[in-house]
Amino acid sequence: MSDVTIRIPTPLRGFVGGRDQVAVPGATVREALSALTAGQATFQDRLFTAEGDLRRFVNVYLGREDVRRLGGLDAPLPAGATLTVMVALAGG
Amino acid sequence: MLSGMDFTDTQLHRYSRHIILPEVGGVGQERLLRSKVLVVGAGGLGAPLLLYLAAAGVGTIGIIDDDVVDLSNLQRQVIHDESALGRLKVDSAAARIQALNPDVRVEAHPVRLTRDNALDLIGGYDLVADGSDNFATRFLLNDACFLAKKTLVSAAILRFDGQLTSFKAHLGAPHPCYRCLFPEPPPRGLVPSCSEGGVLGALAGTVGSLQATEVLKELLGLGESLSGSLLMMDTLYASYQRITLKRDPDCALCGDHPTIHDLSAH
Repeated sequence: MSDVTIRIPTPLRGFVGGRDQVAVPGATVREALSALTAGQATFQDRLFTAEGDLRRFVNVYLGREDVRRLGGLDAPLPAGATLTVMVALAGG
Repeated sequence: MLSGMDFTDTQLHRYSRHIILPEVGGVGQERLLRSKVLVVGAGGLGAPLLLYLAAAGVGTIGIIDDDVVDLSNLQRQVIHDESALGRLKVDSAAARIQALNPDVRVEAHPVRLTRDNALDLIGGYDLVADGSDNFATRFLLNDACFLAKKTLVSAAILRFDGQLTSFKAHLGAPHPCYRCLFPEPPPRGLVPSCSEGGVLGALAGTVGSLQATEVLKELLGLGESLSGSLLMMDTLYASYQRITLKRDPDCALCGDHPTIHDLSAH
């Protein structure tokens, strides 16, 4: 299983030691995000609903495309893929 | 190229760097002077946004904000200063704009945007810019702009991150709206505000200035609109990433079978 790079927005970097991107194993979006949040219940709660779906104020992009339009959490990831996590911001 | 408008000598001098641009010219400058833009929020984003729109000669600028100037605002809200502490932000901003460019007519609205006043407030303007600081206002403004058929240039900031896009779903497919991006607001407490999570002051200047650029582009019909994409900014790494934003056919507001037809749910 190849590594996937996940880019993390600053509001979530507290969960990953302040890093802007993290490499994790994963053949699908779900596997990659599960590896990202493994062992961190608060991080999992920030990204996922109790039913295991992505929260509606969290978007994940493969390249420029929203993964919800590529098969959602089960979307396959090509080798060397980069995912970008985006959370809704409201500050002005 | 000059237009049929009778610019004064002062105006020709003031706007000479615009008028000399072939993409703007006298015709474009006249268009700006005749334009009416509503800015929601006279805070971190609103400060540079208002200053650059005023400097550009946008003829009528409305400002909505019910807050007063606080010392903690001055770290980023550069349209205000210490002499304005305790004063309504709309009045402080209006005074600064008038000092910068007396061509501009400022309409100050010292109110909170609500479902009862939104359509009336928006209706008098050509374009709306969102620099508000909470999700409730952002969803209300999105819905109101769609119903009133107004283009919405939207920006948001937190910590070191910024987001910028334009919404014009009232024009139909393929244009998305804010609800296509985020169908509903996050539960309270899951996404902090700037007062809770902090924000780098200069980030407000960066994003607010880009927002002003997009407003001017929309008014002038220049370049490529951000409708259909969103610019994500990570200033810690000087990283700018543009992602695709598609219309959601299931969107409750602008989708194929909408369930939102007015502002009563707000």
